[in-house]
Amino acid sequence: MQDLPPIVQFSHVSMQYPGVLANDDVSLTIRKGEVFALVGENGAGKSTLMNLLYGLQKPTLGTIHIKGTATTARHDPQRAMAMGVGMVHQHFKLVPSFTVAQNIALGMEPKRRGFFYDQRRVNREVLALGERFGLAVNPRDVVGELSVGLQQRVEILKALRRGADVLILDEPTAVLTPSETDELFTVIRRIVAEQGMTVILITHKLGEVMQLSDRVGVMRRGKLIGVVDTSATDERKLAAMMVGRDVIFDELRTGEPGEQAVLTVQNLSAADDRGLPAVRGISLTVHAGEIVGVCGVEGNGQTELTECIMGMRLQTAGTVTINGGEVSRLDPRAIRAMGVSWIPDDRLRTGLSAKATVTENLLVGKQRRAEFSGFHIHYQKKAARSYAQKLADAFDIRAGGLDLPAESLSGGNMQKAIVAREFSFDSPVLVISQPTRGVDIGAIEFIHEKIMEKRNAGCAILLVSADLDELFRLSDTLVTIYEGRITARFAAGEIDKQGISYYMTGGRQGEEAQA
Amino acid sequence: MSEIFNLLLFQNTLRTATPVVLCAMGCLLSDQVGIMNIGVDGMMLMGAFFAVLGSYLFGSWAMGLLFAAGIGVLLGLFYYVFSIKFKSDEFIIGVALNILAGGLTVFLLRTLFGVKGSFSGPGIVPLPTIRIPWLEGVPVLGAVLSGNTLLVYVSWLLVLGIWVLLYKTPLGFHLRASGEAPEALRASGRSPERMKRLASVLCGLLAALSGAHLSLGYLTMFSENMSASRGFVAVACVIFGASNPPRVFLAALLFGFIDALGLRLQRYIPSDLTSMAPYVITVAMMVVVVLLRRKKQRSTL
Repeated sequence: MQDLPPIVQFSHVSMQYPGVLANDDVSLTIRKGEVFALVGENGAGKSTLMNLLYGLQKPTLGTIHIKGTATTARHDPQRAMAMGVGMVHQHFKLVPSFTVAQNIALGMEPKRRGFFYDQRRVNREVLALGERFGLAVNPRDVVGELSVGLQQRVEILKALRRGADVLILDEPTAVLTPSETDELFTVIRRIVAEQGMTVILITHKLGEVMQLSDRVGVMRRGKLIGVVDTSATDERKLAAMMVGRDVIFDELRTGEPGEQAVLTVQNLSAADDRGLPAVRGISLTVHAGEIVGVCGVEGNGQTELTECIMGMRLQTAGTVTINGGEVSRLDPRAIRAMGVSWIPDDRLRTGLSAKATVTENLLVGKQRRAEFSGFHIHYQKKAARSYAQKLADAFDIRAGGLDLPAESLSGGNMQKAIVAREFSFDSPVLVISQPTRGVDIGAIEFIHEKIMEKRNAGCAILLVSADLDELFRLSDTLVTIYEGRITARFAAGEIDKQGISYYMTGGRQGEEAQA
Repeated sequence: MSEIFNLLLFQNTLRTATPVVLCAMGCLLSDQVGIMNIGVDGMMLMGAFFAVLGSYLFGSWAMGLLFAAGIGVLLGLFYYVFSIKFKSDEFIIGVALNILAGGLTVFLLRTLFGVKGSFSGPGIVPLPTIRIPWLEGVPVLGAVLSGNTLLVYVSWLLVLGIWVLLYKTPLGFHLRASGEAPEALRASGRSPERMKRLASVLCGLLAALSGAHLSLGYLTMFSENMSASRGFVAVACVIFGASNPPRVFLAALLFGFIDALGLRLQRYIPSDLTSMAPYVITVAMMVVVVLLRRKKQRSTL
């Protein structure tokens, strides 16, 4: 590895945003033909550094060399592309109604008679490109109808068509299914081995770093903490470098679940927003001190299930009972009053009021209490403020200010704010959806600890997540959901992650023999 | 019945549809780049006034068109600057523009021509009519197809031209991309703002020319508020035709047909009712759009 020539060099690069030093004196050399992983928590400055390379922003200080040539003050994406740097953004930059070929050619279309789009030539080029790099696509397909994995492939081809030999991939696996991820990694390995490409991978999934990269750079709070050979490190060491202390994902569970059924759902059915059946006869029970994890591919009725329990959606059949009392026909406020708290999956629309201040968001639900409302009319701003401050301290919510709108928080801090609010009701029942989606590793650890504290204190918890690691780590009982039905039920330890995917895709318990 | 359904009806259809077609083609471009331009009615009115002004001052219809085109480009640029550069609310700018056009034309009518309500006179040179011999050979409709004013033929060519532009050329791709996925265009090294500006200017140009057709092609006069909300009808046609040039054209023709039919029915039905026809049909169009959309939603499930 040592003898590979440098291809990109950052020298003492700093990037100052108003109030934030996003990159702080970063010096880094990327070598030709390597897979370089850049890891760090959200807001550590890794995307900023790559945006500087791709010309989306200009560094405040320092210089960047691409293949020995310094970038100029007029560096922009077009110049970066001309120098061979391509970037695949986390949120794809594609035109959904255009064909694959039109998207790949966008901005650099060959013309016929100086004016018309040369469709045949582009289609030919796309086919040839796909063959050369082993990225088969149909140039005539409409991009909006393709799977996310194929859309990403179109993005990569777009960069390659422009002659990129340094490819930046920003969180490429965040939106992919496990099999799409495997496929992407195969492609990356091939283009590196066969075409001599250099790949820079921005991620916070350490497993992927270990699997794919040659070297890793770790960033924390704008600084490059260190660069190590992947073969000389492991996930635990990297996590410690990222967070700045040891991250211990160890056993948090104490004691067995209780016997008392707290939340009972019986034969529940409900329709989705389009009026189609989404939940079809689900029954499940959550006991005191138990976490029941619902595994399933998103969109199989999980959201509707939690909404029914919370009174946000009227069921078409079945009942929900809490401590023996039926709540099926109650509204959310009455259900909450019975001791149910909810962390919804849609953070910005249901979980928070994006335009309201952090304080107001932390207070909501308690605003009628005497200490916050004089004569039930007058809002006691000071009391609310100091209460919010207490919660923010207890849950380590890093906000620019508690009087700023909630939308100014980072994703992880928004989630911590919701957790803080919901957990502060001391409800015996918790319905939790996607508690750590898009949240970085330090905050995941924190939220998991808080959930386990609640469990150990005897709360009944229904946990819905798309993250199998999370479900396996936290749950006492796992159920799989497919097309609105429960397909299987396991106690923790009875099944592994490979085994459970069969039930998440429609296999039913007791039918394994036929499968 | 033959008194109502005769060739003259089709001639009237073409006449009333043409300003809507021209204006709708402009709206369509604006819609494709993601700018909702409801100020086109005001642009049309300003175009109508300036066409008369140019024609009257220079005694030439070409100068009339040039005047209209000039004010159209300016207004299109104005709309772009406020809605995209300054990011103000498109709806409010549109309303402001419509009110401004209504007031300004009345004011200019009084100060420049010293008249109230309307201005007509021998000094205004109308648009020429054009005979196209081979079109006259078309059976039955030949007499109607030939001998229309210049802008009628321009509007037909525009439908084809804009369709080719949008769906067959890189420039058209960039225009559409700037509306649908501006960041995709930017990441490809092109500026979506430039495309939006181009479309907005063309929209202003076409809306103003549709006004010129009203005041120099259709009649030879300017009267207060003579656009009579045709700009809004054009916006409705764009929605009804799903921003597809041939479909928008057909929508505008349908509108023209109903309008012309309404005029001819005045003999039998009170004119207060028949003059409602264009607006009733606009509302009906919108209802159809909603119904179709619902049906489509259901069928994709």
